[in-house]
Amino acid sequence: MSDVKVANDATSADDWPLWEVFIRARQGLSHKHAGSLHAPDAEMAIQNARDIYTRRREGESLWVVRSTDIIASDPDDKESLFEPAEAKIYRHPTFYTVPDEVECL
Amino acid sequence: MTVTAIPPENADDPSAPAFAAKIEAEVKIEPRDWMPESYRKSLVRQMSQHAHSEYVGMLPERNWLTRAPSLKRKAQLLAKIQDEGGHALYLYSAAETLGTSRAEMLDALHTGRAKYAHIFNYPVLTWADVGTIGWLVDGAAIINQIMLCRCSYGPYARAMERICREESFHQRQGFEIMVSLCQGTADQRRMAQDALNRWWWPVLMMFGPHDTASANSAQSTAWKIKRQSNDELRQQFVDMTVPQADYLELAIPDPDLRWNEARGHYDFGAIGFRELMRVVSGDGPCNRERLGARIKAHDDGAWVREAAMAHAAKRRARAKAA
Repeated sequence: MSDVKVANDATSADDWPLWEVFIRARQGLSHKHAGSLHAPDAEMAIQNARDIYTRRREGESLWVVRSTDIIASDPDDKESLFEPAEAKIYRHPTFYTVPDEVECL
Repeated sequence: MTVTAIPPENADDPSAPAFAAKIEAEVKIEPRDWMPESYRKSLVRQMSQHAHSEYVGMLPERNWLTRAPSLKRKAQLLAKIQDEGGHALYLYSAAETLGTSRAEMLDALHTGRAKYAHIFNYPVLTWADVGTIGWLVDGAAIINQIMLCRCSYGPYARAMERICREESFHQRQGFEIMVSLCQGTADQRRMAQDALNRWWWPVLMMFGPHDTASANSAQSTAWKIKRQSNDELRQQFVDMTVPQADYLELAIPDPDLRWNEARGHYDFGAIGFRELMRVVSGDGPCNRERLGARIKAHDDGAWVREAAMAHAAKRRARAKAA
């Protein structure tokens, strides 16, 4: 291994921002998160996303979003963030009594 | 002492019970969820080494691109290799969700600190080897990867589903090559048998040491990363593959291989794990060559990375000026 140098250059992939990739499989469906990749800018991110995530025509539309632009809810706050929905079972249709003879409700 | 999802050093952590409950309930652990540091480290090691295996796995086949017997076979092999590059990228990306970086992982690979599947340290001597690799190596990988689709860490499980969908063409491509050879000339049949003779035992070793000798299995199983034991998966592979070899009229190089009616499985001979240890520790037929080739590819590709950065900078400047 003495005649090959291990690259430790400043142009490593780590200098490339991280992008999250979203794919719309077909018209009518929404974009779904597929994974992430590193690319120097948005256009190359789209091209790389095409090469990595759609080799089998898995999508008709690609979104790439800088990972730093994604604001996520804190998993530790999950209980308190979603608590308002917990006790409001009357938001579900099954909570309501519908007479058997009545249709279309 | 029983191994559980909560390692001793996390026993008093207030977040530990919720983590253990998720594992118990088959709820996936996602990137920003609390997890034991040892769980995170173990996954980083496993996922990055899985990625390295895909990455290095491109090498044994690339010599045959210019030597494939037909345009169809060349195109299929190229597509398989592209998939492997893509799989490496899914896995590197999934590993990065746990806080490691691409540079760290590649550095560990290039300096020999990180491992990759030992199977890629064997030479690919003939076209029949290409077929055998697709049939057996990808076949074994599929069995392991189907299991990993159920692993507790979300990004790894999702990457595995994507990989499994793509991997099945790899195995069929390999088997189709074997069919062509085995239904061909006497020389071709001999070449196919010779390849099987050389790859069979190394492939069985892909499933790792016997359960009794596997140090990490207990913790990995408690964390629901590992869902079936090494020996279970290995048995599954043998049971699946023997009828395929029978169809090809190839002899599996194991005099102890026989159907056991009572067990409902094939019995097979003893595996020489000393060879596995040798190859894993860097002393296999191609270890130095594979690592050298990987490092050279990384170094030779530096100009592409620099050009991409320069191109992006130029585009940004033009957009500003406009």
